[in-house]
Parts: sequence; structure tokens; C-alpha cells
Amino acid sequence: MSAIVLFIAAVAAIAGWWLSQQRLAAKTWLEEGVAVDFRGERGSAVPPAKIGLGVFLAVVGSLFALLISAYSMRNTMVDWRELPLPRLLWLNTGVLIISSAALQWSLMAARRNDDEDMLVGLLVGGASAVTFLAGQLVVWQQLNVAGYVVASNPANSFFYLITALHGLHLIGGLVALGRTSAKVWRRAPMMQVRLSVELCAIYWHFLLLVWLVLLGLLTGWTENFVNICRQLLT
Amino acid sequence: MVDIPLDQVAGIPPAEVGEVELYHPRSWWTRYVFSQDAKVIAVQYSITAMSIGMVALVLSWMMRLQLGFPGTFSFIDANQYLQFITMHGMIMVIYLLTALFLGGFGNYLIPLMVGARDMVFPYVNMLSYWVYLLAVLVLAATFLVPGGPTGAGWTLYPPQAILSGTPGQDWGIVLMLASLILFIIGFTMGGLNYVVTVLQARTRGMTLMRMPLTVWGIFTATVMALLAFPALFVASVMLLLDRLLGTSFFMPTLVEMGQLAKYGGGSPILFQHLFWFFGHPEVYIVALPAFGIISDLISTHARKNIFGYRMMVWAIVAIGALSFVVWAHHMYVSGMHPYFGFFFATTTLIIAIPTAIKVYNWVLTLWRGDIHLTVPMLFALAFIVTFVNGGLTGLFLGNVVVDVPLSDTMFVVAHFHMVMGIAPIMAVFGGIYHWYPKVTGRMLNDVLGKFHFWVTFIGAYAVFFPMHYLGLLGMPRRYHDIGETSFVPASAHDLNAFMSVAALIVGFAQLVFLFNLVWSLLKGKEAGGNPWGATSLEWQTPETPPGHGNWGKNLPIVYRWAYDYSVPGAARDFVPQNEPPSGVVAQGAHS
Repeated sequence: MSAIVLFIAAVAAIAGWWLSQQRLAAKTWLEEGVAVDFRGERGSAVPPAKIGLGVFLAVVGSLFALLISAYSMRNTMVDWRELPLPRLLWLNTGVLIISSAALQWSLMAARRNDDEDMLVGLLVGGASAVTFLAGQLVVWQQLNVAGYVVASNPANSFFYLITALHGLHLIGGLVALGRTSAKVWRRAPMMQVRLSVELCAIYWHFLLLVWLVLLGLLTGWTENFVNICRQLLT
Repeated sequence: MVDIPLDQVAGIPPAEVGEVELYHPRSWWTRYVFSQDAKVIAVQYSITAMSIGMVALVLSWMMRLQLGFPGTFSFIDANQYLQFITMHGMIMVIYLLTALFLGGFGNYLIPLMVGARDMVFPYVNMLSYWVYLLAVLVLAATFLVPGGPTGAGWTLYPPQAILSGTPGQDWGIVLMLASLILFIIGFTMGGLNYVVTVLQARTRGMTLMRMPLTVWGIFTATVMALLAFPALFVASVMLLLDRLLGTSFFMPTLVEMGQLAKYGGGSPILFQHLFWFFGHPEVYIVALPAFGIISDLISTHARKNIFGYRMMVWAIVAIGALSFVVWAHHMYVSGMHPYFGFFFATTTLIIAIPTAIKVYNWVLTLWRGDIHLTVPMLFALAFIVTFVNGGLTGLFLGNVVVDVPLSDTMFVVAHFHMVMGIAPIMAVFGGIYHWYPKVTGRMLNDVLGKFHFWVTFIGAYAVFFPMHYLGLLGMPRRYHDIGETSFVPASAHDLNAFMSVAALIVGFAQLVFLFNLVWSLLKGKEAGGNPWGATSLEWQTPETPPGHGNWGKNLPIVYRWAYDYSVPGAARDFVPQNEPPSGVVAQGAHS
């Protein structure tokens, strides 16, 4: 359970830092008047949707941290047999990086009010995300053909479960991306579109990060890394 | 009180976050059924939660009939008994209490108490309710499928939860897990709303430290739930895969009905870790909103400011954080490294500190207050007593050496019913009697209310106090029929019969409450806008019940904290949060 405890500690640190900015020691019973609203002092406001996405990412992060915890508890048991990771996985990872980069590019275009580039970025990002998902399905197919079916070993079960949950989150993102593209197509007000593009880009970067962490877990690199750190410390 | 110079007060800063565009319903359907108004969603959540809660109440009657008069009722067999305890527990903890506190009270009170027009994502909020309703319907459907609902116990421990021999192994467990997954998805949608509304939609002047404690409690509980429910989600998905696809996440190698099962090598302890990583925060997800509500009820009905407001807020945050590092105290008997047991016992006992601070502060708020023994106040006092009771037995069970002999006895059942059954439900009732006038514009009938309170309070103690004693005798929980044993004297069976009669009476008293809800809606005394003389913003709305958008043309401006009761020199014994300091002309936040 160390992965999830570390994750919760990180969230708690962020929450604690934020709370420390909120005058929690104020003696509000002695204060009267409106001049004590401290939100206004830090310049421009963060839109609610962005905060909402941030909170949602914490929830998704918690979900994957728990999966990692479960994985690292289960893989110490005797029946665990590592499965060979198909090479296609590396190609898929590259495609997901392209997808994330395209959305970042789209966001930069949105910031300089370039409609065309923004739409191109969104479409490239969407297309490469779909390619990634298709690639993941092909990986499943390859593993199935090679006899690594879902129930034959816990390592396989975890592989399918983790990739499926990651893929489902990406599909959810694609729905939002589709709506954003439609907004750009309809030439909705730039302010609104820019926010939507930004939210999509953040979500994509986050899912890329999650994927890289999961890949490190599935390849065993994370375990080696942790072991090296442990040896250095002892 | 510090005098703030007038020039400072007059210069109201511009609203930092623009007002959220309000959705306007166009037809009867979008106004009352597919409504995006948090107040309507709150009522929908509450009615659904109380309806499924009534089912769980009837299930508890069935259990009590069997325990009190074993062998008398032929329609309750051993399998059904297990199904009843499972469904009773699951419904009460998740589908009633969690949904009612966060979906019901949260939806109604958060926007009104922080001075917002609605939740920040109303569409997602509406979706949250409908997914919750779907989860409840899937859950209810398990009563109708072949084999009936699952009888695995509310903790759904594998391997027995999905093995043949456990009732509901075909459909019951599958639908149960599906329903939990749906519930978590629906809750996440709502939870995002509650958190972001508190963070971003507070009206001007409403600093965090001016929020009523109810909002603090619901806010912190929601943050915890958002981080803890994924654990139940992961556990449910993995258990579902074990059941449907034959994976072995949790399932060890075992022999089932004389045959070697298809499973092998899995870890049931892994499930327990995931389940209790959700399960322990869940206790505080239910308790923190109750803490908040009780603080507000006590302060209002004792006409006194809450004692130690800052400490109350810090304690809520501290309890929220600590509750993530105590989960394994539910697993002492599952076997663990002795140092882990020591660690988890220590963290468990540390939680008693912030909790005790809260209890002392409630008592000190009451101290020399102008106590009005209204129905909400009676329930609030009952909450304090009951929570202290359940908390003290928690200190017993938190220690490894005491827990091991008491584990799986009726003592545990008595403990958790006191601390997270009776106590939170007292807060729920207190809250309903307190805010019903705002929701409907009419007061609940006082005589029926007092009858409901006394029968429920005394009756609940008649059920659960003797249960501690049965637990100390060693009477195990989850047994359909204990039969003849040397360690349980005959008098214990008489006690069981007494408790069952008390449980039936308490159950019937809830019908009086339901009747009161309906009758007062039609015939209750007109309440007016602020019948209790309360300071927080929800009582200062221009209309009662609050209209669409809550505040009329202008959002309220907050000038003070939420607990200015009996201020020396003030004209009335309460000063509303939005009443300008003397000498300042009230201005609208938006003109």
C-alpha cells in the first residue's frame, strides 16, 4: 500500500500548502467587514472548470496509485509469471507522446488566436489518440494469440486491467476533445475555446504521465529503480 | 469587535470569479425531474436515499425477529438471514448515509451557505443523481434475480463472497459490485461539484474561516470520499473480474465442493487492504458532515457562538487526514506484522484527540447557553451522547489485545451501530427538523417530532446498550441461530427478545416521522424566512423556499463569521452574516 500512501501524502501536502495560504489562524469572530476577502490578492482567477479538472485528476491519480499498490502486493506471490511485453507497446507510447505534443501545440496556437493551427493540433491529437487505442487493442490481440489470456496468470490479469482502465480514461478524454473540436468548427468565442483546449491538453499530459508510470511498472523498471535506491540507502 | 474603517468597507472589491451562467428550466420536466437546480437534486437525493433506507430498516426487523425469536419464523432461513445482514449494512452505510449527507445536505446547503446561485457544474450535478438512482435500482434488483441478493456480509470478503455456498453467488454479487461501481461514478460527479463550489463560488466576504462548520464538514468529507472511493472501485472491479472471468486477483488456491477450483495464488488480504482503505475513511465521510451539522444546531439553538471555531476547523481537517492511515485496525485478526498492529493502534488512538476536542467544544458551547430544547436541539444532544458512547468502545477495539477476543462478536456490532449508525442518523434527523422549514416553508409538527425523538432515542439505546453485554459474553455476530451453547446463559436469549421488541418499536416510530414530513408539507405552520433566528446565509434568502438562483438580483455580501449569537449591545440576539456593520449602507454584489 506504499504507492497509495505516498500519493495521499502528496495530495495532503498540496492541500496543506493551499490551506496555509487561507488564514486558518484568523480570529474571524473579531473581524467585521468585507475587506477580508483574500482570494482577490493573487491576481487573476482560475476558472472553476480548471479547478474541477485538477480535483478530478487527483481522483484518477488515486485510482491508478491504488492499482499500482495492488500490483506490487500481488507480484510478490509465488504464482506470478511475468509476461513478455510486445514491442508494439513502445510504438504506442510514441504515438501517445505525439498526441500529447499535438494538443500542446494546439494550445499554443489558441494562445496566439490561430484558429487553423489550433484545429489541426486538435485533430492530430485526436487521431493519434485513436491510433494509440487501436494499437493497444492489437497488443491485446497479440498477447491473446500467444496464449497470454486474461485469467491464465495474475500478471496477465493486471496487464489487461491496467491497460483497459487507462484506455477507458482516454476514451472519456476523446469525448471532451470531440466536443472541443466541434466548438472550434462552429467558431465559438475564442475565450471559451481556449479554456477547453487547455483542459484537454492538461488531461492528455496527465494520462501520458500515468501511462509512462504504468509502463515503468509493467516492464519492471520501477521495481529495479526502487531496489537500487533501497541498496543505496542501506 | 474590531472597527473596520468605513472607507475600507465601502470599497468592495470586484467579484473575482464571474458569476456562473445560470441554467433556466423551460418545462415542467426540466424543472422538477431532470432539474439542474441543486435544491431539487438535493430533494431527489434525499427521497431516494430515505426510500432505500426504509428497505434496509425492514431488513433489520427481519434480522431482529430471527435473533429474538429463533425458529419461530419459517420464512427466514440461514441463507436469507445472511442476505438480510449484507443488504442492511451496505444500504445503510453507502446508499443511505453517504448519499443523504453529501448528495442531500451537501447539495442543498453548500450553495446556500456560501452564497452561490447554484453548484458550479449543474449538468454534471444532475447526472450525478441519475447515476446514483441507477445504482440504487441495480441494488434493489438483486432482490428479484434468481438466487437473491448476495449474503457475503457487507464487507464482501473474498474468497467466500464469490464461491458457491454463499447465497447470491449467481447474480447477487455481480449486481452488487456493478451497483457499487455505478455509485462511485455518480458520487465522483457530485463530489467534484461540492468541492469546486466551495473553492470557487463563495460570495464576497465569505472567507474559508467564515464558513459555517456544516460546510467545512461536508467539504472535507467530500475530499476524503473522492480519494477513498477509488479503493472500493478498484476492489469491486477486481472482484468482479475474479467472479466473471476467473482471474485470481484475490482468490487463493482452494477446494470448492470437493473439486479443485479454477482459482489459484491470489490474496484475500489484498482485498481487505483495498476495502478498508476505503472503509475507514468512510466512517469519517459519514461522521464529519454530522459533526458540522451538530455544531451549527447547537450554536443556533443554544443562542451562543460556537466555542473554539478555529479548533473545530483544524480538528475536522486533522481527522480527515488521519483517517487515511488507520485502515488496518479493521484487520488485526487477519494477521499482520506486530509492528504494523502497533502502528495502526497508535494512529487509531491519536484520532481520539481531535475528536475529543470537538466534543469538549460542543459541551462548552452549551455551557451557560440559552438552551432551547427544540426538536433539532434534542437530536443534537442525543448525537453528542451517542457519539461519545460509541467513541469510547472504539478505544477498546482500537487496541490489538482487546480487539482480538472481541472481534466478530456482538460488541463490535454494538460499537459501530452507536458510532456510525445511531449517531449520524441523529444528526440526519436533527438536520431535517432544522432545515425543513427552509426547504418547504413550513415547520414540522413539534408534538410528533418530540414523540419521534424520544421513542427513537430511548429505543435505540434499548437495542444497542444490551448488545455490548452480549458481545462481552462472547455471542458471535452473523450467526443465524446460536443454538445451545455453554457460554451464553438463557437470560441472554430473553435479552435478545427484549432488544427485538425495542427494534420493532423504533422502526414504527420512523413511520411517524415520515407521516410528519408529508402532513407538515400540507398543513404545517408557516415558517417564515428565519424561524430559528439563525445567522448563516441560507436563512437570509429573499424567498422561502429559496427561488431559482437563490438570491434574487444581488448576491449577498458577508461581513462576519457565522456565529454571532447574543452579541452584547446588538439589537437582536443574532446578527446575520450579511448584515452590514453599523454605518455601512448595504450594497449588492452585482448591480
